[in-house]
Amino acid sequence: MSLDTLPRAARNNHRRARPPGRRWRSRLDVKAMPYALVSPYFLLFAAFGLFPLVFTLYYSLYDYDLAGTVEWAGLDNYTALLGDEDFWNAVVNTVAMFLIATVPQMLLALLLANALNKRFRLRLPIRMSVLLPLVTSVVAVAVVFTQLYARDWGLVNWVLSWFGVDKTNWRAERIPAWIAIATMVDWRWTGYNAIIFLAGMQTIPRDLYEAAAIDGASRRRQFWQITLPMLRPTMIFVVLNSTIGGLTLFSEPTTFYGGNVDGGSQGQFQTVAMFIVKQGFREFDYGYAAAAAWLLFLLILIGAAINFLVVQRIGGRK
Amino acid sequence: MMISKRRGGLAAASALAAAALTVASCGSGGSGTESSSAPASSAAAEPVTIRVQTFGGGTNFGYKNAITKWNAEHKDIQIKEEHLTDQFEQQYWPQMIQWLQAGNGAGDVVGIDEGGMGLAKAHPEWWADLKEFGLDGRKADYPAWKWENGVTADGKLFGLGTDIGGMSICYRADLFKKAGLPSDREKVSALWPTWDEFMNVGKTFQSKVKDTKFTDGTNTLYQVVLYQEAAKNGNVTYFDKDNNLIVDKNPAVKTAFDFATKISQQGLTAKLRNFTEEWAAGTQKGAFATLGCPSWMLGAVSGNAGDTGKGKWDVAAVPGGGGNWGGSWLAVPKQSKHPKEAAMVADYLTNAQTEASIFSDFGNMPSNTQAQQDPAVQGAKNEYFNDAPIGEIFAKSASSLQPVFLGVKHAQVKNAIESVIQGMDDGSVPYDKAWQQLVDDAVKAAG
Repeated sequence: MSLDTLPRAARNNHRRARPPGRRWRSRLDVKAMPYALVSPYFLLFAAFGLFPLVFTLYYSLYDYDLAGTVEWAGLDNYTALLGDEDFWNAVVNTVAMFLIATVPQMLLALLLANALNKRFRLRLPIRMSVLLPLVTSVVAVAVVFTQLYARDWGLVNWVLSWFGVDKTNWRAERIPAWIAIATMVDWRWTGYNAIIFLAGMQTIPRDLYEAAAIDGASRRRQFWQITLPMLRPTMIFVVLNSTIGGLTLFSEPTTFYGGNVDGGSQGQFQTVAMFIVKQGFREFDYGYAAAAAWLLFLLILIGAAINFLVVQRIGGRK
Repeated sequence: MMISKRRGGLAAASALAAAALTVASCGSGGSGTESSSAPASSAAAEPVTIRVQTFGGGTNFGYKNAITKWNAEHKDIQIKEEHLTDQFEQQYWPQMIQWLQAGNGAGDVVGIDEGGMGLAKAHPEWWADLKEFGLDGRKADYPAWKWENGVTADGKLFGLGTDIGGMSICYRADLFKKAGLPSDREKVSALWPTWDEFMNVGKTFQSKVKDTKFTDGTNTLYQVVLYQEAAKNGNVTYFDKDNNLIVDKNPAVKTAFDFATKISQQGLTAKLRNFTEEWAAGTQKGAFATLGCPSWMLGAVSGNAGDTGKGKWDVAAVPGGGGNWGGSWLAVPKQSKHPKEAAMVADYLTNAQTEASIFSDFGNMPSNTQAQQDPAVQGAKNEYFNDAPIGEIFAKSASSLQPVFLGVKHAQVKNAIESVIQGMDDGSVPYDKAWQQLVDDAVKAAG
């Protein structure tokens, strides 16, 4: 700001007064300094984001096994994957669990945020308590949920037995396993998303509501006509975030099976992320795992695009 | 406002330095877990810590008392046991391979199950040569096969034998009584000379005792039958001695599979897979009354069932004769910073005296022949299992046990096959398609 506001003459004087070395330093200061200041992010991104990405792409084109022999494979890994039943099984599981987990999660988070976006006693502690599940360690969550969904002595089966439902083997049957894992995911992430929705709701100007109230709009109508449309940018963020999280789901289904990436005796709930880890670090087929990782990336892009289009329509965009 | 040029330059320099520092510190943080053993330079002042990594359910390797004893006697070398997981093929071994391959992360002494020995042997570069520490003198302590399995093709001694399998059936005497069956171990053994009679006892049992299945799952008994049959078919299971996959050709595999199918179809199993959390809970809560028990399984049962199971469990003879399922080795990875001390610890944990005391305390049958001949071992009784004469049950047959050859990829194939058999039992694989899937999945896992 100061450079431009100085009178030209003063600036020239100023320059001439300085020895040449200083001028060079000044130029460096103006030109290089901004880059130096933003560089940490880019350096870190290059080291931990870009490099692994490129490295994964590179190895996905090779047959790279445990003994360390690396042979050019071209697109063989990709064609093998597209014909691999286990991979498609993992894709179906991942997408199904994503849908079962995310749809109710978004609705719940929205309702929760709406409820929290009011004046009531102990507002701050109650709002913060919504985040508690998120700071609980995944292992603790897994231990509790593993017991809840135990076949023989689990609480869920016990409660279901009151209604005459037979014992469910939550780790052997596909759909029950999906549901069980979805509840784990939702338990952890609903509060987090609710807080983000809440933050979004608080940026909506109050006078919109006041005006609507004067016009006679009911609370419900205000929610649909004001809150939801105004929340769209927040929603896009939350949905994209959940898409990425949901499609790379790993911890919950793995801990649900005692830390085993098989995901059930026949991969009933093995996700793509678990499939990648199994191929890479149990079968030691690094190239194959790398190719699967790139296909997962593609899957996320597709998922994100679909969700983006869906969310764009929310709140009646015209 | 304008920052003075000087301070601007300084700021730029410090920003760059900070950036470099951040990158550097993240770089070292991301490079994996540092070995927790004390650096060699300060060894004189501080005791050397030797990390012993183990796997297995319950009391697993049974090193608890032996390590306490060593640590009390050796102030300069302290042993720290790291029990990583119950599961060998699915978790312990893949993690270990990764550490061995990366040259960082593995303990100073690591346990290896028989299923991993083929691969371990094929990678001499992973291991320290125990001959350099004078341990080739231990050869006389072992049966030839147990010793040779710990020597690589180029003559490097990398593994010392810990235990061997042997075979028995663990059963709940109290539940047998409840079912109106004999509960005394001699009479129980007489109930089932063959597997068909075993299944008949199971049907009688289940008609009398509700809420308890006769056996844990298909897996422990499948393994028992597989090893019994392997002894009749050239002592091979999934691979022949040239490492060719023979799952579909070896009659031992088909016989064991057919047995698993039958016992599952008759509804005699609790559908639990060994070394899972639910199986461990089931052992404690009486979900099943019998399971296949090699010597080292006694420790898994007593460890899982805890004090409430004391005196309820007992040990009987196995239908269909002996066999040898399981048994492990201890090795010292080359990456260990204290190979000499690690070799001393491996030597200690496998010597006759230690192996004998592990047998009496926990049940793992010594592979050390001196320990096997120890009168204390021959006459040992296991208090937890109702004073069962385990010396008589396991030690008598120990010297006649046949080694079974296991291929380089045995661990992967074993897991694939067990998963299909478990899937058949839990209903996710139809009985009529299970055999074909077993063969297919085995081929895939071996590939």
